[in-house]
Amino acid sequence: MPLIKEADSGTPPSAATEVVSLTIDGQTVMAPAGTSVMRAASMMGTAIPKLCATDSLQAFGSCRLCLVEIDGRAGTPASCTTPIADGMVVRTQTPKLAKLRKGVMELYISDHPLDCLTCAANGDCELQDMAGAVGLREVRYGYDGANHLCAEADESNPYFTFDPSKCIVCSRCVRACDEVQGTFALTIEGRGFASQVSASQSQPFMESECVSCGACVQACPTAALTETAIIDIGQPEHSVVTTCAYCGVGCTFKAEMRGEQLVRMVPYKDGKANRGHSCVKGRFAWGYATHRERILNPMIRRAVTDPWREVTWSEAIAYAASEFTRIQAAHGRNSVGGITSSRCTNEETFLVQKLVRAGFGNNNVDTCARVCHSPTGYGLKATFGTSAGTQDFDSVEHSDVIMVIGANPTDGHPVFASRMKQRLRQGARLIVIDPRRIDLVRTPHVQADHHLPLRPGTNVAVLNALAHVIVTEGLVDEAFVRERCDWEEFQDWAEAVAAPANSPEASEAFTGVPPETVRQAARLYATGGAAAIYYGLGVTEHSQGTTAVIAIANLAMATGNLGKLGAGVNPLRGQNNVQGACDMGSFPHELSGYRHVSDDDARGVFEALWDVELDAEPGLRIPNMLDAAVQGAFKGLYIQGEDILQSDPNTTHVAAGLAAMECVVVQDLFLNETANYAHVFLPGSTFLEKDGTFTNAERRIQRVRKVMSPRNGFGDWEITQMLSNALGFTMSYSHPSEIMDEIASLTPTFAGVSFAKLDEEGSVQWPCNAAAPLGTPVMHLDGFVRGKGRFMLTEYVATDEKVGPRFPLLLTTGRVLSQYNVGAQTRRTANVAWHNEDLLEIHPEDAEQRGVRDGDWVSLKSRAGETSLRATVTERVAPGVVYTTFHFPQTQANVVTTEYSDWATNCPEYKVTAVEVALSNGTTDWQTRYQAHTRRSRRIAQPEPAE
Amino acid sequence: MSASLPQIPWNADHAAALVARCVALEGPLLPALHVIQATFGCVPDEAVPIIAQVLNLSRADVHGVLTFYHDFRRVPAGRRILKFCAAEACQARGSADAIAQVERALGLKVGETRSDGAVTLEAVYCLGLCASGPAALLDGDPFARLKGARLDHLLTQVLP
Repeated sequence: MPLIKEADSGTPPSAATEVVSLTIDGQTVMAPAGTSVMRAASMMGTAIPKLCATDSLQAFGSCRLCLVEIDGRAGTPASCTTPIADGMVVRTQTPKLAKLRKGVMELYISDHPLDCLTCAANGDCELQDMAGAVGLREVRYGYDGANHLCAEADESNPYFTFDPSKCIVCSRCVRACDEVQGTFALTIEGRGFASQVSASQSQPFMESECVSCGACVQACPTAALTETAIIDIGQPEHSVVTTCAYCGVGCTFKAEMRGEQLVRMVPYKDGKANRGHSCVKGRFAWGYATHRERILNPMIRRAVTDPWREVTWSEAIAYAASEFTRIQAAHGRNSVGGITSSRCTNEETFLVQKLVRAGFGNNNVDTCARVCHSPTGYGLKATFGTSAGTQDFDSVEHSDVIMVIGANPTDGHPVFASRMKQRLRQGARLIVIDPRRIDLVRTPHVQADHHLPLRPGTNVAVLNALAHVIVTEGLVDEAFVRERCDWEEFQDWAEAVAAPANSPEASEAFTGVPPETVRQAARLYATGGAAAIYYGLGVTEHSQGTTAVIAIANLAMATGNLGKLGAGVNPLRGQNNVQGACDMGSFPHELSGYRHVSDDDARGVFEALWDVELDAEPGLRIPNMLDAAVQGAFKGLYIQGEDILQSDPNTTHVAAGLAAMECVVVQDLFLNETANYAHVFLPGSTFLEKDGTFTNAERRIQRVRKVMSPRNGFGDWEITQMLSNALGFTMSYSHPSEIMDEIASLTPTFAGVSFAKLDEEGSVQWPCNAAAPLGTPVMHLDGFVRGKGRFMLTEYVATDEKVGPRFPLLLTTGRVLSQYNVGAQTRRTANVAWHNEDLLEIHPEDAEQRGVRDGDWVSLKSRAGETSLRATVTERVAPGVVYTTFHFPQTQANVVTTEYSDWATNCPEYKVTAVEVALSNGTTDWQTRYQAHTRRSRRIAQPEPAE
Repeated sequence: MSASLPQIPWNADHAAALVARCVALEGPLLPALHVIQATFGCVPDEAVPIIAQVLNLSRADVHGVLTFYHDFRRVPAGRRILKFCAAEACQARGSADAIAQVERALGLKVGETRSDGAVTLEAVYCLGLCASGPAALLDGDPFARLKGARLDHLLTQVLP
């Protein structure tokens, strides 16, 4: 499609329902009360000249270009700041206005370089457009007066340049940073002629509070803020609307292209998850797609000690298939399996599980959700009947109380965090339950009413204490519970949580949270109006992960915070397509749409369509596969787009499992850490190189569109199809849309989904079927999917992972804004400018006891393993707690995490590991050995010279 | 911004405590900037993160307000502050010549502080003394009809 120029109505829409009628340039216009004259004019197709107005920001009225005449009113009011009124008569073009506008433009241009032909914004500049619109022909003031033309450009940010000589001080960037992103990193310094845009305290952008979300660049009407890529390459010529492949927010972007070259990614206003906003990852960090380390040719080797040998696709596929066939013949049907990827599309994920179930003939398929949100699936299905969050993101605009538990949205889900912060600045109240003082606890213009800094591992105790207060202080929404939930089960639950052992006073001893804080938080959540819970992996990645999810569901049911706007239970999904990967039947016990493999009816539908008999017994989960491998019963694994060596817990055990296998097939963009143990490497494709769909955290199914040819030659779905065909189970899809059609035919909640519908509607939220043809934004509106909401008992059981004399500190892990997951993508972009190593956060008291100063190398040791990294001393963590990220393979934070996992789902207990920290002077034995192994196993044999 | 005072040296903890007393006020930023300047003689750049932290604002928020008002200083002023009116009425009564004379006598330009720290010279725009200009403030005290001997007298007060 041609370059998309999104319409800009100048000011945001009015939410009013009352309609006002007015006359603009002789035409009658109807618009909601509160609409600006500018926006009303744009509704009838009249563009009033403007510079400081844009419809993502509140009207400001500074540029004086949008003046209009209104009958009966003195002067020439600004149309952006003037709301419409009944019977108003407006003229947008008169000789007087033309003269005024021209005069204003002359002033702007008298202090603006006249280098349009060589300017990076040439063709995409509102100042240029407005000069044309007002008919500017001369500048009577000349160009000799004082000016800013010699101001130096700030090129400190790797992704955009700030050139103050081209700035018209319209404040759009400042307002975008404040209103949209909520970081408040920009200001106008000085006044009058000296006014200029300043990042923090007149600093280079990289030294300021800027988080590089790109909102300012998008808002700038001139070339003052311009993407470096535009400066280097030039203006794009066509756009393709697609979905970001980073976190579970699922932002919609316009990929702006020159031929097959991606010039920039610009957030799309029609994107229903992001509403035109972006973060540093999605907006800028896509350079990994063309990174020199990308592997583009298939490779094989007999043993992981051999160097890789580049081969043709047919040889690689044939070798992998023959190995799987040989292994199954020798060791049995169940000796092989596959892992689907939350980074791949729904269609690709579906194909991998289909290959395993139908091609391998077993159910040994699992996905990375095993290690993140599997407890969400289990817990929410058990209580509500659906393995997914209840709301859409827009719902947060209606929340009165927001409770964030074990999630760090400003780093992990930044675009949603910006939307949440907008609501918080409007006055919604905030409760944060997290061992760390995450940014949301206190960040400019946002402050949590209550922060419950619990000891890692005590989520369930704190949630039970909240429930205890709600029940014993009579804060239960009894009408809701009686109508929507099973009353008997509720009574059992209420009796259990009301026990004195669950009181905040009793649990303080192990949670560390002051009882009064718990009581106030409980009262606020129960009585503060529409209350929403947003939670993340800090809830699920525990030995009681599933119990905590159930406890959250109980809280929401007891207070009636379900089935309405502004409320709900909302898991913030880690990866772009975790929801989708789970929906697509990636778990060993579930077919697509969460139907158990032992369900004969469900299985029968698949067997009929696929013409193959499916196993009715659940297969192995990832940890079971690794255990079985170590024991010698599991020999072959097909891994699509996941790096289990780096991302899964207890790295040494994962390494031992992989090393014990005879055929490990890794399909990925890069030689990742798992590939150090692989025998076949199949080069994967990026989200820019294929068609498909991703499903975000709000169940929103969105299109991923191919914007360039796959550099490796094939989309990942095509590679799986080739492997399946080589294994003798035929697949013959010619386009991913055919795979989605098959998914729709097999999966009741997806029955109404097709690429055609997605192209038409932009996106739909499942369930999407005959009952809800356009999808379901908010679930459980009139009742729970499972019938009656189910209260379940959630007794707190302390984890076996306990601190002691040898390991006196608790380690918990997370991520930072600029890096993503194992870092395979973001480490290969300029995002390393913000964060280029994992750091260990340690409280000053704990640091002092160990003689650790800021920046020192320290060893981090648990009973599972030991690594080393640099320390940062901060009060962000409580005494007794340390924290790090897992983005960098040189650290391998998961060497330290243990084999403990959730009782129901095996989701690993990443968030609680007893450790000791000590000063260190270098890498640990494991790191040294592993790095040597990495060097050895990444050798690629040079082809022998032809004779 | 009245008389220059013998101010105490910069102290971050003291500054944070002073700003904390403003937290409960409606619109606490301006009072916070005033108290910092009154105490330390200026609002140094290192005060900005402290004010931002205590009031839960961004550094940019504070910087924008700080730099908007000419009377907030980011570096200490001289021991005496002479603010000479440069607005239209005083111009009509000869302030330009008077300011030039002051600049020569003090050895500095408007907006500067003498290297020995003796005096800071600033322009102001109308002191409401239009009928008796050229006018000025010395450490907050008004002086008018600043020509000839009256101007010389003022200068002897600035630099005894």
